[in-house]
Amino acid sequence: MAGHAHHEESFVSKYIFSQDHKMISKQFLMTAVFMGIIAVMLSVFFRLQLGWPGESFAILETFLGKWAPGGVLDRNAYLALVTIHGTIMVFFVLTGGLSGTFSNLLIPLQIGARDMASGFLNMLSYWFFAVSSVIMIFSLFVEGGAASGGWTVYPPLSALPQAMPGSGLGMTLWLISMTLFVVSSLLGGLNYIVTVINLRTKGMSMTRLPLTIWAFMVTAILGVLSFPVLVSAVVLLLMDRSMGTAFYLSDIFIGGEALDVTGGSPILYQHLFWFLGHPEVYIVLLPALGISSEIIATNSRKPIFGYKAMVGSILGIGFLSFIVWGHHMFVTGMNPFLGSVFVFTTLLIAIPSAVKAFNYITTLWQGNLRFTPAMLFSIGLVSTFVTGGLTGIILADSALDVNVHDTYFVVAHFHIVMGMSAIFGMLAGVYHWFPKMFGRMMNTKLGYVHFWTTLVAGYGVFFPMHFVGLAGAPRRYYDYSNFEYLDFVMDLQPIISTFAIIGAVGQLPFLWNFFYSIFRGQVATENPWKGNTLEWTTPVEHIHGNWPGALPEVHRWAYDYSNPDFEEDFVPQTVPLKAGETEH
Amino acid sequence: MVAFYASFVWLIIRYGDYNPPAASAHGEDYDTLMNFNMYIIIAVFFLVNTALFVFANKYRQDPGRKARFFAHDNRLELIWTVIPSIVLAVIIIYGLRTWNEMTGEPADDALRVELYSKQFDWTARYAGADGEFGLANYNLITPTNPLGIVTADGVADALAEIQGQIDALEAELAHERGHLLAQIEEVEVELHADDHHGHGHGDHGGDHHGMSDERKAMLEARLHELEHMLEGSDVLVLSEAAQEAKEDKVHRLKRHRQRIMEVKPFDYEGGVASWEAGADDKITKGEFHLPVGREVEFVFRSRDVIHSAYMPHFRAQMNTVPGVPTRFKMTPTITTDSMRTVLNDPDFDYILLCNKVCGAAHFNMQMKVVVESEEQYNAWLESQEEFLADKEEAVETDARAEAAGNANNESATL
Repeated sequence: MAGHAHHEESFVSKYIFSQDHKMISKQFLMTAVFMGIIAVMLSVFFRLQLGWPGESFAILETFLGKWAPGGVLDRNAYLALVTIHGTIMVFFVLTGGLSGTFSNLLIPLQIGARDMASGFLNMLSYWFFAVSSVIMIFSLFVEGGAASGGWTVYPPLSALPQAMPGSGLGMTLWLISMTLFVVSSLLGGLNYIVTVINLRTKGMSMTRLPLTIWAFMVTAILGVLSFPVLVSAVVLLLMDRSMGTAFYLSDIFIGGEALDVTGGSPILYQHLFWFLGHPEVYIVLLPALGISSEIIATNSRKPIFGYKAMVGSILGIGFLSFIVWGHHMFVTGMNPFLGSVFVFTTLLIAIPSAVKAFNYITTLWQGNLRFTPAMLFSIGLVSTFVTGGLTGIILADSALDVNVHDTYFVVAHFHIVMGMSAIFGMLAGVYHWFPKMFGRMMNTKLGYVHFWTTLVAGYGVFFPMHFVGLAGAPRRYYDYSNFEYLDFVMDLQPIISTFAIIGAVGQLPFLWNFFYSIFRGQVATENPWKGNTLEWTTPVEHIHGNWPGALPEVHRWAYDYSNPDFEEDFVPQTVPLKAGETEH
Repeated sequence: MVAFYASFVWLIIRYGDYNPPAASAHGEDYDTLMNFNMYIIIAVFFLVNTALFVFANKYRQDPGRKARFFAHDNRLELIWTVIPSIVLAVIIIYGLRTWNEMTGEPADDALRVELYSKQFDWTARYAGADGEFGLANYNLITPTNPLGIVTADGVADALAEIQGQIDALEAELAHERGHLLAQIEEVEVELHADDHHGHGHGDHGGDHHGMSDERKAMLEARLHELEHMLEGSDVLVLSEAAQEAKEDKVHRLKRHRQRIMEVKPFDYEGGVASWEAGADDKITKGEFHLPVGREVEFVFRSRDVIHSAYMPHFRAQMNTVPGVPTRFKMTPTITTDSMRTVLNDPDFDYILLCNKVCGAAHFNMQMKVVVESEEQYNAWLESQEEFLADKEEAVETDARAEAAGNANNESATL
């Protein structure tokens, strides 16, 4: 097998159309970092307007040109920025970026496989992702601007070009980009599932899988089952836009004309969208939870507490996530009894989530905690997961949702529980597996600076938003100064915007650290964190096929940290059981 | 950490009293339920974050120590599965009880008010003296009938309006230069063909008898007329695409006309209902009034895209969906005047705003809500004009609203 690693490769086959999962993983990561920078910049732009409404900022005119005449953000441009910020963050950074990077990197390495089941499909998955990213970015520059109806693009607003400038060409490109994105996601997801099921090395039973792999696999299953529904929703919307169908349209009078549409339902789109949309939340979150489980166990030098309960929680959350979508639609006029059912299923999810949170905390208890930046971000994730999850209890309660639906309370909730948690998981993963990806270490001190600014800025932005929302401030407003009853919370807006700017600037140490360390970082050893999992048995220099000799054989679970039977505080999975030792 | 908590506590104290008292009956239950949930989640929030922070500090790495090997404990795990389950059961049951009350059937004597949304304003409709809403149909929307209320007049007006548009467009198309030239050419070809009759057209047999003089005279007159039109001042020059667009528009208008002709006031129980139920309906813009202490059932309709009727002081919200009427009931309990006294703010007003992104001026789509005594309310309703009572004024009001809407819409193109 050694020869396998040493055949010559051209630049193109090594760096561009690579079929090696490690290279594809890096491609996903680089694209996600690029998309993330753009999405953060968009959010700073609209936060400037929200913090100091109507004031002129030269930077806006520099970057946005005619979208910000005189440095004041245009109203339609504001909606476009909000929409594209959400779209990029949810789909391109936290779905494509997170799963694409870490499922690709870790699935073969942690289950002991030479590569993905199909390297070719894996490559296609990346290139569909890349093309859809390019189209999404391109849509920012077309006549009329990018899609502006919010990241959920509800029709009829998104179906009727007369309704707003952003429902023109920008919207069409959005739909095309999302279709390609779904293709990418399906190709990737199928590959991940098949690989985990079929290519585990000898001894790697399902109950010995690291929690990362469980999380990635369940995520992939969710994606494969729910993304096709989004494609249906998107294709029907495209047809309503360009072929005169009326799946989502009925009884509409707009632009001085009564449209020839009857019998469609705008609510149908919402059902289809959220049938993907809610599992999507967990598609974003589960990989982050998997990553943090692994990192917290490794750096606590303790087994993850309640491995079986953790696996059960992942499966439970995955299943439940399919039957809760209606909680996004309590105020659409949905039958109240149906609403009650969704209240019940939604609040059920709190149980496996609570189990996970308590298990994390117990894992820390009496550990021997090593504070690497990855560990800090993982602990931060547990904090945001709990803080954001708790407000979900309010929103899941249909009666309470009535008055906070579509307010800043919702914005605060999902940014903390899904945005911050998932980003923390992703950053933790980058710090932790950077030596595996690039063969070098990242700077720890800069990592600390990065963590603390991100944590403080993140809470600084989103915690006050709860109060803005409870006071009854709707989201996606361009300006709140026309509402006297909101005046007393609006002095929070400049504070929120200031923290948003601090948070954005706080990513610069990370970017510097990341790119500098790729080339100049301290050279990594094979197992820098003293981890048990198989990826730390591969050579630092990447080779095709991952292991130079035979595939490793697995004899134990991934969490034998500080096992009293052993001198060292870690026992790699490849170490055979001692005589008389019972497996956990 | 301490600074963190201090800032959370400061926020909770400073902004925790988030709203003026609820101004509706269910709103009081809402606030009680909200507070109950809030106490639970704030407690858990501090508990969990404190545990995280304390453990993180206490168990920092010490090279001489080994972590405790503690992989699982069924009893512990059972505890934190069962306790959250019990708490959640209470939350669910309590929440659903409130939900059922909020969404139950409205009382028989509930006042019904229709709230109608469009980009970017609200219109309220009251049933008028007969206590019955006229039906509405989006095909009947005209400047004089912004809600498309079905009345005999409404149908006639809509038909006249649409016919006017069709006639205007057809007249324009008739004067289109290219169209005229094409017609002239057609006529000339026919005349020309007649001149050359018999020269080289031997193969079409004996059934061709040449052109009658009558026909010829008619064609020449037509030619003359067309040439005259071509020289007229109202000749239009349109690109092919523009011409097609206009033809398309005529086609759509004719279909629209057909749909208007099919409109009938229909009542599921009594067959064809009165054509005039809507004639005395009352329509208001800018503000609407509600009597205090009486249950009101809102019926929401939308003209163009999804909006959401949000009245934060009443803890009330419902989407307005084109093609799908929605409902929400509530009982206002505090008049505007009382609330002004309570808040010590003489300028306070209740408000209805849009809470579903609907376009450029979404952020300013609002309407004032006035809650007052039954007598004041009746007097106010009395003073409102009946629908169609004064068409001229209606047109004016609507034109002003349209102008405002356009101003809202207009915005530098991206």
